Amino acid sequence: MKWILTSSVVLVALATMPVFGQRKATIENVPEISFTSVPNFLKLPAGEYLGESVAVATNSKGHIFVYHRSAQTRLFEFDKSGNFVKEIGSGYYGFEFAHSVRVDRDDNIWTVDEGTNMVTKFSPEGKVLMVLGRRPPAVQGALAYPAGPNAPSQKYIFCRPTDVGWDPQGNIFVSDGYCNNRVVKYDKDGRFVAQAGSEKPGKALGEFNLPHGLQVDGQGNVWVADRSNNRYQVLDNNLNPIREITNLGVGWTVCVSAGPHQYVFLSNSNPNGNMPGTWDITGEIYKAELDGTVLGKFGHPGKLPPGFQVVHMMDCRNPNEIVAGEIESWRVQKLVLQTAGGNAGGAR
Amino acid sequence: MKSLMYAGLAAALIGGAANAQNAAPEIRFDSMPNALQLPANLYLGEVGGVATNSRGDVFVYTRTGHPTISIGTARPFAHGGSRLFQFDRNGRFVREIGKDSYGFLFAAQVRVDPNDNIWVVDQMSSMVMKFDPQDHVAMLLGRKAENVNVPVRPPRAGDGAGQPTDLFDRPTDVAWDAAGNIFVADGLGNARIAKFDKDGKFVKSWGKKGTANGEFANVRSLAVDAQGNIYAADGGNRRVQVFDNDGNFKTAFTGVGNAQALCLTKGANPVLYVSNSNPPDDIDRDGEIYRMRLDGTITGKFGRAGKQAKEFGTVNAIDCRTDNTLYVGEIGNLRVQKLVLH
Repeated sequence: MKWILTSSVVLVALATMPVFGQRKATIENVPEISFTSVPNFLKLPAGEYLGESVAVATNSKGHIFVYHRSAQTRLFEFDKSGNFVKEIGSGYYGFEFAHSVRVDRDDNIWTVDEGTNMVTKFSPEGKVLMVLGRRPPAVQGALAYPAGPNAPSQKYIFCRPTDVGWDPQGNIFVSDGYCNNRVVKYDKDGRFVAQAGSEKPGKALGEFNLPHGLQVDGQGNVWVADRSNNRYQVLDNNLNPIREITNLGVGWTVCVSAGPHQYVFLSNSNPNGNMPGTWDITGEIYKAELDGTVLGKFGHPGKLPPGFQVVHMMDCRNPNEIVAGEIESWRVQKLVLQTAGGNAGGAR
Repeated sequence: MKSLMYAGLAAALIGGAANAQNAAPEIRFDSMPNALQLPANLYLGEVGGVATNSRGDVFVYTRTGHPTISIGTARPFAHGGSRLFQFDRNGRFVREIGKDSYGFLFAAQVRVDPNDNIWVVDQMSSMVMKFDPQDHVAMLLGRKAENVNVPVRPPRAGDGAGQPTDLFDRPTDVAWDAAGNIFVADGLGNARIAKFDKDGKFVKSWGKKGTANGEFANVRSLAVDAQGNIYAADGGNRRVQVFDNDGNFKTAFTGVGNAQALCLTKGANPVLYVSNSNPPDDIDRDGEIYRMRLDGTITGKFGRAGKQAKEFGTVNAIDCRTDNTLYVGEIGNLRVQKLVLH
């Protein structure tokens, strides 16, 4: 019954402040992890700019991919020192409004675009290898702002998808999204296998209200940031719910680190806007074990580094070096976490 | 003489200021030819803003085209529409800043702070963007709406006071006090002034739509003096309102017509320039720029609406870093004039 109680409180809060989704985490006594932000980490060529840096990922060589919203949505590659390498997909049909980029175990680069409703798999060199979903046909014209209930979900069509992940067998998992409320599993060839949730938002386990971020851990369990339900859900490989995490705030995005001992990072991102008080109660990132044990937290909102302005996505391949992309500061920060044993720089 | 007649008529209508306005002497001035030299195939559109830095470089934020809307997408997204150009003190084109920026849709204003940071205000993305002197994005206020409404949404009901946040609705200008606090004119959709500390944290906002003291028809332009007082162009109410640093109303200057652009000079005896900008659809009225002391006394005026040099087409920006040398940005004539006052 505790869940019902909590959700009614949320409803009241939403009714009074409809545009500012935020929630103070209820977990207490979490140790602070000290960290530094590497100054001027990404070095752009003269005349080039990042826009809303909603998506960031690294490959096995430490190269950094930033999928961002500038005048056009663009995908940039940087080397591990932050030097610009190249642009991928300039003018590509599947790019319109960036939401996620992830790199799979073979260093393929996957983009999730919530404007074209497409998920694209690029080779490490930037060739298109596979696409999921279809861009709405232009012949339909400009759509009015969608009104009414969501259309029924379809196996191979997304509605503002948000994220992608893979299990060790290469099965593909997509969180979908703003106008569906489901997680979809495809096999490695892109054939539909199963889904959890539907087009309808819901609060029960296995239902979602804006599944906003997704990662799969080494056991094949699926971590979903269930944003508008203010929780994270963990699903098994067949998309059956295992548990929920409800005490870490709003649930914006999730990252699972690489290596034999995996950690999970969970962001209670501050809401858009600059409302009095919001910077005081949200904006932190949590580090946890895969069993859900929270180990620590770090970060606060702010316009200037090392402050965060709506962290939208994190890369945590190395759990001591978090690369975070922010919406409202058009910025990517590399955060070096201090571990108990001293400087994180030596830890691998 | 016609413009004088209209000015006199306008002054008579608002009573008390009539004497000051009629008494205001004409200031002789020249417009320097070829003040800005653009490369071939590059054009200014409507000039939202013009500003200079400490080296005399000139920055122009201009509406070079309408934003394009993508169709065949989950929602209609807007791209492009405005550009920021830099010229040197001799008017030679230097470079473009913020090319393809996410926030450049419909130019409102550009200003340069005491540290030569370039602040860009965009009316359609509802963002205030701070570029450092190396052209990097240093701070952002506000957030562009992710998509545009098709068909366009009707104007919002309500009082225009906005949210106590940095989410703006058609902001028009930005200014700073000596401590680095940031003031944003917000603007045309809202009718408020928002104050932030130097790190961008929201402090307070004041104002809503109305005609009483402390209310605005709209806030078109801002200036802050050395004492931290804020001057707000409330053109729709034909006045400039003055507030202390916390937003308490102090006084209002009338007799300046449709105050749309302000510039406050530096130094021991600052003067305030106020443009009585003509409406974009009429050059047979208004258009002159007033010079006044900070006690509200008008000490002179110059120019009129029109299309030739030394005439103005809906002035939206004035730069007055150098005494008696002004850069004036016009919406109606797609140009910047460099004026020398005698």
